[in-house]
Amino acid sequence: MKYLSEYRDPAIARGLVKRIRARASRPWTLMEVCGGQTHTIVRQGLDELLEGAVEMIHGPGCPVCVTPLEQIDRALYLAAREDVIFTSFGDMLRVPGSHCDLLQIRARGGNIQVVYSPLDALEIARRNPGREVVFFAVGFETTAPANAMAVWRARELGITNFSMLVSHVTVPPAMTAILDAPDNRVQGFLAAGHVCTVMGWTEYEPIARTYRVPIVVTGFEPLDLLEGMLMCVNQLEEGRYDVENQYVRSVKREGTPRARGIVEQVFRLVDRSWRGIGEVPASGLGLRPEFADFDAERRFALDSIRATEPAECHAGDVLRGKLKPMECPAFGTRCTPERPLGAPMVSSEGACAAYYNYGRYRSTAAAAT
Amino acid sequence: MCLGIPGRIVEMHDDRGLAMGTVDFGGIRREVCLQYVTDEVGVGDYAIVHVGFAISKVEEAEAHRTFEVLREMSELQELDWMREVADRSLDGWAGGAA
Repeated sequence: MKYLSEYRDPAIARGLVKRIRARASRPWTLMEVCGGQTHTIVRQGLDELLEGAVEMIHGPGCPVCVTPLEQIDRALYLAAREDVIFTSFGDMLRVPGSHCDLLQIRARGGNIQVVYSPLDALEIARRNPGREVVFFAVGFETTAPANAMAVWRARELGITNFSMLVSHVTVPPAMTAILDAPDNRVQGFLAAGHVCTVMGWTEYEPIARTYRVPIVVTGFEPLDLLEGMLMCVNQLEEGRYDVENQYVRSVKREGTPRARGIVEQVFRLVDRSWRGIGEVPASGLGLRPEFADFDAERRFALDSIRATEPAECHAGDVLRGKLKPMECPAFGTRCTPERPLGAPMVSSEGACAAYYNYGRYRSTAAAAT
Repeated sequence: MCLGIPGRIVEMHDDRGLAMGTVDFGGIRREVCLQYVTDEVGVGDYAIVHVGFAISKVEEAEAHRTFEVLREMSELQELDWMREVADRSLDGWAGGAA
């Protein structure tokens, strides 16, 4: 535990809170993009410490949460097929589809295997040549290099019974979609540190310039977040709109070039639906035509599976920052981590689960009355 | 899955042209792809690992601290996924046993 102290020191945190408060001549509205950051902010109550100076809107930074219902339903269809071994990261198993979730399909006899790495899924395919092995490729830019390599390897090793249901999303187009919304309130962004470790921050430079918003690449620990907020507030107060890097111990401007390289070779930008946000042009990654053989949507003709988001779940408003989780009528009653209506209540990186797990529904609901 | 987990590289090998290695995550050992960081890491170094792929090198003290922070945040679910894989005895596959 000795290592914790440096980035957790309450005295340093109090100092940063004081500096942000002193610097903010008016309340500023910032958005953190990464679900891990949301988790820390809510857990440590950083937003409450800064009330009146900085309002944090929680962005759509949880890959589980933004995966559209349609892709979940397609996953459920594949997982129920007798000829398929369906493989997935563990946190997709409890995400509700239109009628059930992957865990329920597994209980009914579906062959669903949790993998840690997409290369595990490829190995399952190699060991089961008589079965179709499908991997559910979700995530932001942090998982894209891994998933790209699995496809690359499948082709290299001639493994033909392997395919991917791809639902990859990328961060910068979601930021511009939020900024383009007519009722946008976001004045500055804390960009996701680990996404930038892979991708660097050159993609953010035109966004900062065009939309005149400061963007600060920020880590996910409490002091990282406070420092990122201070850097953002400093820029706003000075009328600067630059990309700055708070997370210098992990992020370089060019990111990790080799990882970026293989992502570009395997994937291309495609239009992608985000749960709650809708279709955002060029906001997702899909397989390039030369890897189309590994595309599960094509192999299993999944186009006919369509879905409509349930009306009772307000995940979309939460993911766009229009609604705080506890303002949702279903929050904590008909929607809990045990019985989630929507993905933000499933994943530990989801805003609804963070609010629920840290008892936000009690204190804030009481304070609001 | 967006927060990488730091681990220590305890061994490195080549698996049919792909740089692989064994990484220790607080006592749990796993095969990890090192292809993206081969120029910067060696045995004994620490790296941030996303879903089985090392993405960047990290200093030892930073690695330990980050691991503890993730443990405190209960953000180490990926280690549970590793166990599920290990239970199916898939953990040793990448050691070149093609």
